[in-house]
Amino acid sequence: MAIVFNEVDFSYDGINKILDKFSLAFPEKGAVCLSGPSGCGKTTLLRLLAGLEKPQGGIISGMESIHPAFVFQENRLLPWMSALDNVALVCEGDGRVGAEKWLNRVGLVGNEHKMPGELSGGMKRRIAIARALAAPADFLILDEPFTGLDKPLWKSIADHISDIYADKLVIMVTHITEHAYSLNAKVIKLNGPPLGYKY
Amino acid sequence: MMNSTTTPKNKNKINRLLTGLGAAAFWLVMWQIISMLVAQELLVPAPSVVLKALSGLIRTAEFWQSAGLSLLRILLGFLLGIITGSLAAILTTRFKVADALLSPLLRLVRATPVASFIILALVWIKTGNLPSFISFLMVVPLVWSNVESGIKHIDNRLLEMARVYRLGWFKTLIFVRIPSVMPYFMAACTAGMGLAWKSGIAAEVICRAPLSIGNQLQSAKTHLETPEVFAWTITVVLLSLMLEKLLVTSAARFGKRFNAGGGN
Repeated sequence: MAIVFNEVDFSYDGINKILDKFSLAFPEKGAVCLSGPSGCGKTTLLRLLAGLEKPQGGIISGMESIHPAFVFQENRLLPWMSALDNVALVCEGDGRVGAEKWLNRVGLVGNEHKMPGELSGGMKRRIAIARALAAPADFLILDEPFTGLDKPLWKSIADHISDIYADKLVIMVTHITEHAYSLNAKVIKLNGPPLGYKY
Repeated sequence: MMNSTTTPKNKNKINRLLTGLGAAAFWLVMWQIISMLVAQELLVPAPSVVLKALSGLIRTAEFWQSAGLSLLRILLGFLLGIITGSLAAILTTRFKVADALLSPLLRLVRATPVASFIILALVWIKTGNLPSFISFLMVVPLVWSNVESGIKHIDNRLLEMARVYRLGWFKTLIFVRIPSVMPYFMAACTAGMGLAWKSGIAAEVICRAPLSIGNQLQSAKTHLETPEVFAWTITVVLLSLMLEKLLVTSAARFGKRFNAGGGN
């Protein structure tokens, strides 16, 4: 079932509307890239999709029994846990096995037991991506996922994302067209606030 | 060339140890000079005299009984204090009514001089229990304010991450909330241990708790045994430092084990 925003209203302060009767239907599968100027409401849209905010008016349908994995704009790693444990924490079953596999795939072999504080910005980004890919999820939200990564690296990660989420929905926010193309994403240009769009 | 077994970390440790020993030696020499200048054992006994008094004391059963019972009383107050302070912090951050009722009371306890509590509590509480009660009273507001601050400073972005990945309340508590609050809690415990000792011994001195370091201190002072007063004071300081070290070391080990288990 597709995710549909139907006349959704949202405001943080009750005065300035970020979403005002906003309607948008996401496809059931495939990648969608949301692009637009800073402050137009992209992150708010992602937060609504992740269930971190509730609409103050209108309805978001199609999200009743599905759950996302989310690569946040900041990495949001637990600084007191190793790279392996950060990923294993969100895995099902024997978390460490799955976590090790995903850390290997994002090129972090040999760094599994390092703490986030011991790793570079790009390495931390890759842990955050590995965590999202290792988590059991029905759709994937990516907020500027490849920032700080070398081209060969983000291309290889994009291939992994395309493989795993071939039959699922991927929603990505990025300013870089190349990143959107790497996932064959349909680009939606946003403007606002209040949030509006054109294909 | 540097010896292969002397890593920079070990070298740092050795340097720190040597610096510490050097500082201790400096103050011992200063103490010796002052005692020689004053030239009255009643006012400032020499280090060697105090050491002799201490070695005499540790040969008596009364020394071990007093030190052991003081330790037990103060530890009991300290442990009850950290449990109550932590629970109070959870309540005051979770419920507005609890905050309105408990916060002013705990601030009042924190601002009241320890001597006032000792004198007041002497009327209500048995002398043997008073040091525990006073240590408890001193530790509760300190742990409460630190843990409360820790809870308020938990990174909301991490809590959101836990929500998105459906970690559930138990995993969120174990892997996000508790480690976030841990540095605040440990700082409170380390400071609280020193405070519990100082206030507990003060309570023992005033209430003359039977078989206690405070009582021994008071007796030594009454009999003008200044070297013994110094020896008992050194005992208090050593026990306090030992407990603090134990606390910090076990917390570090606990923390390590905690983190290594994540995700299993």
